[in-house]
Amino acid sequence: MPEKTFTLEIVTPDRVVMSDDQAVSLVAPGVSGYLGVLANHAPLMTELGIGEITVRRASGEEIHLAETQGFMEVSGNKVTILAESAEKAEEIDVERARAALKRAEDRLARTHEDEVDFARAETAMKRALNRLRVAERGH
Amino acid sequence: MASMRDIRRRIRVVKNIQQITNAMKMVAAARLRRAQDRAETARPYADKMFFMLESLSRAAQQVEHPLLEVRPEERIAVVVIGAERGLAGSYNANIMRRTTELLKGRDPEAVKLITFGRKATTFFRRRPYEIVMSSSLPATNIQFAEVRAAAAKVRELFEAREVDAVYLVYAKFINAAVQRPTALKLLPIAPPKAEEEAGPAEYIFEPGPDELLGRLLPKYVDTQVFRSAVEAVASEHGARMTAMTSATNNAGEVIDSLTLSYNKARQAAITKELLEIVSGAEALR
Repeated sequence: MPEKTFTLEIVTPDRVVMSDDQAVSLVAPGVSGYLGVLANHAPLMTELGIGEITVRRASGEEIHLAETQGFMEVSGNKVTILAESAEKAEEIDVERARAALKRAEDRLARTHEDEVDFARAETAMKRALNRLRVAERGH
Repeated sequence: MASMRDIRRRIRVVKNIQQITNAMKMVAAARLRRAQDRAETARPYADKMFFMLESLSRAAQQVEHPLLEVRPEERIAVVVIGAERGLAGSYNANIMRRTTELLKGRDPEAVKLITFGRKATTFFRRRPYEIVMSSSLPATNIQFAEVRAAAAKVRELFEAREVDAVYLVYAKFINAAVQRPTALKLLPIAPPKAEEEAGPAEYIFEPGPDELLGRLLPKYVDTQVFRSAVEAVASEHGARMTAMTSATNNAGEVIDSLTLSYNKARQAAITKELLEIVSGAEALR
């Protein structure tokens, strides 16, 4: 029996990252833990944190994406993810992520007193680490 | 009658100008196409965001959020999206006029401005309004992150009750030749009308709808500002292209009429010389 598929759209302010109607399963980083979606999932709306999105397609191919802060809506066998940024593993600019990580580390080492800066540097570091981790999956 | 040398010099000057306006026209046309693509790619996000907001506000019972709070409009903030450069016809002037219209009759003390683009900044710097933030607006490939700082600033002002409403003035892109200066109310957010034909299904919300709405609303504001900025950039290039096209045409007309005068002057000079020779020969006889 063929696997049941659903439509998946991942959109950022800058572009449509992917639009695919052959998705079989999706794992996304919800704010309170990773969650999985299969075809005919119940309507759902949730917030996503920083993490990795894994999509499995009917062809058996797996796609990994690094995602940053977004929202996911599931309804009528269609999944829409609105993210601030999302890149496929092979699209990730590893050099840039490394540089960002370095910057964030430096800032974290320096700013103990300012809480806002600290939080900002921390998210920057999370983003960079996430990108690097996902990029590794692409190879 | 101007001498032939003067006319020749003027023709050369106008030709130089025409070359420049023509080059600017080409650049604007290329950038317009890219900016239009940019606006096109930014649209799905904004549309989907709006759709989500709609489903959410339908589901959330008690919609209460600082960004939704309607207060008497005593102090306002205005986000003005202008251009970085001039030579775009009446583009900047129209934006400034629309903004001034919006501010008419208001106490300058009760107005805060957030400007995009050097032209908008310099215009308002000479006026009695406080500019709380000004950023540049890159003419190509504008990024979400660059606009977010300004959006975050207006949210902050509104939430801290330093202003009671926020407006956004930008040039709405109708088509390459038409841009409409538009003022829209950014804050408080008017939640999309909850139509009573409940959505396709009951959603599971994680976290709860109220909390989720609270997370979505700030993003919605950011998205609106971003979308307007992207559209404004497309409008700017459209306006510049139109202005430069007509400037190039005008230069062509000026060159034609100058060439005509030049030829007339040349003919007159030749005739004069001939007459001199003929009458000189006549006198010797």
